[in-house]
Amino acid sequence: MSDLQVTLTIDGLRVTVPAGTLIVDAAKKAGIDIPVFCYHPKLEPVGMCRMCLVEIGRARRDRGTGQPVRGDDGEPVIDFSPKLETACTTAVGEGWVVRGLSEKAKAGRKEIVEFLLTSHPLDCPICDKGGECPLQNLTMAHGPGKSRFLHDEKARLAKHVPLGDLIVLDRERCIQCGRCVRFQEEIVGEPVIGFSQRGRGLEITTFSEPGFDSIFSGNTSDICPVGALTTTDFRFEARPWELRAAASICPHCPVGCNLTLNTRRQPDRDGQITVQRVMPRQNEMVNEIWICDKGRFAHHYAASPERLRRPMVRKSNALVEATWEEALARAAQGLRAAGGKVVGIAGGRASNEDLFNFRRLLEGVGGRAVLDEWMAGGDHAQKLGAGSKADLGSYGAGDAILVVAADLHEEAPIWWLRVRQAARRGAKIVVASALPTSLDPVANEIVRFPAGDAALAVLNVVHALTGDSTVEASAELYEHAAAALRGAEDVLIFFGREGLDAAGSSALAGECATLLASLGCAGRARSGLIPVWPRSNTQGAWDMGLRPPSTGLKEALSDAKAAYVMAADPLRDDPGLAEALSGVDFLIVQELFLTDTARRAEVVFPAQAFTEREGSLTTGDRRVQRFYPSVPPMPEARADWRILAEVGNALGLALPGSSPAAVMLEIAASVPDYRGASYGELARVEAQWPIVGGDDLYYGGTAYRNEQGLGVKLVPAAERGEDFSLESHDLPVARERAPLMLLPVARLYDAGTTVGASEILRAHLEQASVALNPEDASRLGIGDREAVEVRWDGRVRRVNARVRASVPPGLAIVPRSMSLELRGVRPVEVRRAE
Amino acid sequence: MAEHVVLRHREIPGLERLEVYLEHGGFEAWRRAVTKTTPQEVIEEVKASGLRGRGGAGFPTGVKWSFLTPNVFPRYVVANADESEPGTFKDREILERNPFQFLEGVAICAYAAQAEVAYVYLRGEFWDVAQEMDGHLASLRERGLLGKGLFGTDYNLAVHTHLGAGAYICGEETALLESLEGKLGQPRLRPPFPAAEGLYGKPTVINNVETLANLPPILARGAAWYRTMGTEKSPGTKVFSLSGKVVRPGNYELALGTTFRELIFSHGGGIPDGRKAKGILPAGASSVILPADERILDTPMDYEAVQAAGSALGSASVIVLDETTDLAWVAMKTSRFFKHESCGKCTPCREGTYWMLHLAERVERGEARLEDIDLLDTVARQIQGKCLCALGEFSTMPVVSAIASFRADFASRVADGR
Repeated sequence: MSDLQVTLTIDGLRVTVPAGTLIVDAAKKAGIDIPVFCYHPKLEPVGMCRMCLVEIGRARRDRGTGQPVRGDDGEPVIDFSPKLETACTTAVGEGWVVRGLSEKAKAGRKEIVEFLLTSHPLDCPICDKGGECPLQNLTMAHGPGKSRFLHDEKARLAKHVPLGDLIVLDRERCIQCGRCVRFQEEIVGEPVIGFSQRGRGLEITTFSEPGFDSIFSGNTSDICPVGALTTTDFRFEARPWELRAAASICPHCPVGCNLTLNTRRQPDRDGQITVQRVMPRQNEMVNEIWICDKGRFAHHYAASPERLRRPMVRKSNALVEATWEEALARAAQGLRAAGGKVVGIAGGRASNEDLFNFRRLLEGVGGRAVLDEWMAGGDHAQKLGAGSKADLGSYGAGDAILVVAADLHEEAPIWWLRVRQAARRGAKIVVASALPTSLDPVANEIVRFPAGDAALAVLNVVHALTGDSTVEASAELYEHAAAALRGAEDVLIFFGREGLDAAGSSALAGECATLLASLGCAGRARSGLIPVWPRSNTQGAWDMGLRPPSTGLKEALSDAKAAYVMAADPLRDDPGLAEALSGVDFLIVQELFLTDTARRAEVVFPAQAFTEREGSLTTGDRRVQRFYPSVPPMPEARADWRILAEVGNALGLALPGSSPAAVMLEIAASVPDYRGASYGELARVEAQWPIVGGDDLYYGGTAYRNEQGLGVKLVPAAERGEDFSLESHDLPVARERAPLMLLPVARLYDAGTTVGASEILRAHLEQASVALNPEDASRLGIGDREAVEVRWDGRVRRVNARVRASVPPGLAIVPRSMSLELRGVRPVEVRRAE
Repeated sequence: MAEHVVLRHREIPGLERLEVYLEHGGFEAWRRAVTKTTPQEVIEEVKASGLRGRGGAGFPTGVKWSFLTPNVFPRYVVANADESEPGTFKDREILERNPFQFLEGVAICAYAAQAEVAYVYLRGEFWDVAQEMDGHLASLRERGLLGKGLFGTDYNLAVHTHLGAGAYICGEETALLESLEGKLGQPRLRPPFPAAEGLYGKPTVINNVETLANLPPILARGAAWYRTMGTEKSPGTKVFSLSGKVVRPGNYELALGTTFRELIFSHGGGIPDGRKAKGILPAGASSVILPADERILDTPMDYEAVQAAGSALGSASVIVLDETTDLAWVAMKTSRFFKHESCGKCTPCREGTYWMLHLAERVERGEARLEDIDLLDTVARQIQGKCLCALGEFSTMPVVSAIASFRADFASRVADGR
């Protein structure tokens, strides 16, 4: 693309577009439909399907002067090519005349459709794509209406070919457009599917074991222009025209992908309205038109039969169902009796409205509300977070991205995808981590440091940048990283928590802030810090004023008489908390499931799932986004913000309780950064490119057009020109070393509350295990899959060992969310279980 | 008969051995090119000779080389030894019997293109040829005719062989490059052309075996000598692969511009049993089939004249059909071939060849109705002008021309004459 503008005529309409624009896109921008199958505006053009054939006339030029030749009428002479040409592979030219509606062009489209249908089973009545199918629609619009091909001569092919356990291929329906293959190659960089054989035998096949081993596989079913690729959870479940669409936000990670939840009344569930499928909703600043498979498939937890249905109270040492009145009264009574010694623990998956009321309630009873989290950096993001124009989609040559102590592929997949795209466009990528990450292949520089030393590594980069002579060993590594970042116009720094405890995380956030400032990028609209939070709304929780308890949960609970837990299961995350919790007289839990923590409560409130209510979430790059109800709530479940308002009411506290919009008004009034974030503002939309949804299914796929809000991007203090100095942080220190160090890592399919209950992903769930390097394993006499005892900090867990060459020597790797209380790296002993 | 330029082994026994080839001036042109001339001078000499690509398209070889994007390196040279056109067997004879002249041509081309790596891409069925070729390359390296610092200059050249996996489409130059890169053999969009972005995205020259084998004599004896053979626009000799209903099928190296009549009757010994010629496929299966009438028999076989007669010289694999040959059967056979070989990348070729075959088989089985003949013709024409590469277009030529020129053969097959 360039600044140069080109004017041409398409179907009689004069169109002016930047030079380099493809004819098919130029037409689309002007509202002219040139039908396509293989072309997709997010993919490189290949010109395979030949559906976009048009007549192209080029202005005749004088060979000597290069000037356009004019005819007797003074108009430029246009020479039409004798052959039809593909609009999807041809860039516009000045003065060209493109005819998509001439008899010749129309005949070309009709003939291509007829060819495509000779192999197609025409099983629209039983096809999941029927009703939103580009082939169906374009056949109606351009096809011959009647085939001259003998039905008996159609190729008969396999109709149920599982490519993996989530995606099924119908070979008869496939029109070999290759969109799925190219998506995996170009957008994802995980080329696990491809074409095999040739001619009419050309088929999509998977090269990976297990099949279609990619966490973005579901997107291929959205861009498939026929019903060839279907997801196993939607296959044969419903017809598209029966579905209602509700806008939502993915609750699984801090990216905040915009979703559409498709619902339908479900005959085999007593006519309940249930979510049939999750589709991406376009937000080019957030997720473009993609989502990961966790976002697409994990939602089933919300409809789990295990959900809490009624309030429960403890009676003669057992939890029994109760009325709301009774439960609310018990809760109020318990809180009142605690005399201000109340600790509230909230999880980062609660909405802003819930967290705001939570803090109000806890402070109203004289207690305090803390975040069930130890990772630091929320205040850094408030001051130096991603600026108002920091869009990964705009990142390319001249920009740089540092990812430190995070594996975006596991923790925030769409960020990973978009960072990778930025790398393809020429952005410099620096990865700093203890373990190899799946971003390494596109990284310009890789800084590998001992587990837990992330802050020290960033400090070393700062030193290399500022020419500080104290830089020690492997200085070259840091010099290279500094060099890659130094020249960049704008820099985004993603920081995570790999191997970090609270102090290490706090030091890392501080060093990242120092680095951003040293690069001269503090306050720039396209630069900033982005914390890779473990939960979707951890940033929102910080913004609502919640903080991790500075000395840990155990300490926080030590003198509490009552505790109030919302959207968190601290006991599951750390069974070691049992003692501290049993010291608390009165425990209230509001949750979706009867969690380990809830089982110990005096009062349990059944909360609504994100599918049943509205609210707002704040992404890691600080975009506030609204989600909407898609299904009716379970009869007795209530939204968290409302439960809190009702508890407050019983205690004589006035909390906003009429609607989430009312809560947001109070947030806007009392949290300065959220001043403009009314529900009206959050629902604003503007035109986006490429065009998807609506009648344009053939063009951009079945991702939904965004008509419910692009959200509000919060502006960090530094960009507003305010003071962004942060509390001084302790300098990172090198930690103790042992022959074997235990390193907890985040995994996409962890076994958390909101994933474990989703049956379709069960085979993908991470199992409790410890992974060792083959050398360490053989030294310890441990074989692959053998049962081992893991001992650290006086704790013991029995798990299975995995021996993997990819594990660096000296590390024992355990997945998080496995009921192993683990934050930073720890010396560990691993031995064969007796 | 013109003298042999590329089939010199027919006069010189043992020419496939390096010693014999060297005794007959082998690799002198190569040595002189590297030590005495610039790459540009080599290109100019080849341009002056008027040599045109022998793989089928007939594009001027020197001009093709001059399209290489300037100052972009590395560059590659690829010898297209994927000889797959039905009825074409000339490259095989060169590769087996006169391999060093071919390899010297590869080397000259590489020097002209300033490439230091060249590949010989052989069709999968040529595995035995590939083994011999590897032996030849080893002996050239031993003799210092390939390798680093050639003839005391700073020019290096390595030549590797690569076997295809048995796909006709890999003779198409961009599909060949994909295959050489280890990918599925499907043609690329053009532009960019290989001269700008070829193998591994680098400027690449791809030439046919016979084209390359012409280079050593051209450099040894000069462009003016080469132009004494053939016609003005189609200079030089051509190896014609003659097959079908002839007494003496085989390869005949003749001056371009020799008539069909001379090839078929003087060299090929005419039609067996005194039968009459009925049709000619001048370029293998990818041909417009010409009726073998007197006018056609007297047509000179050069690029211009055959095109003017309504067909194309292509790779000059002349298949002769006699009066016992049923053209409906021929159309079915070529359709079966192209259906089998369509890569499947673009819709009209993938679906159209499949449909054509069904119709042609229906005719062949005697189950077709009269309108099915028209439908076969329509489907073939419906493919034309819409495909990503030339294969789809080729598939239609024998079908459309057979129906146009020999409709009676189809009509007689129609069930019960309906």
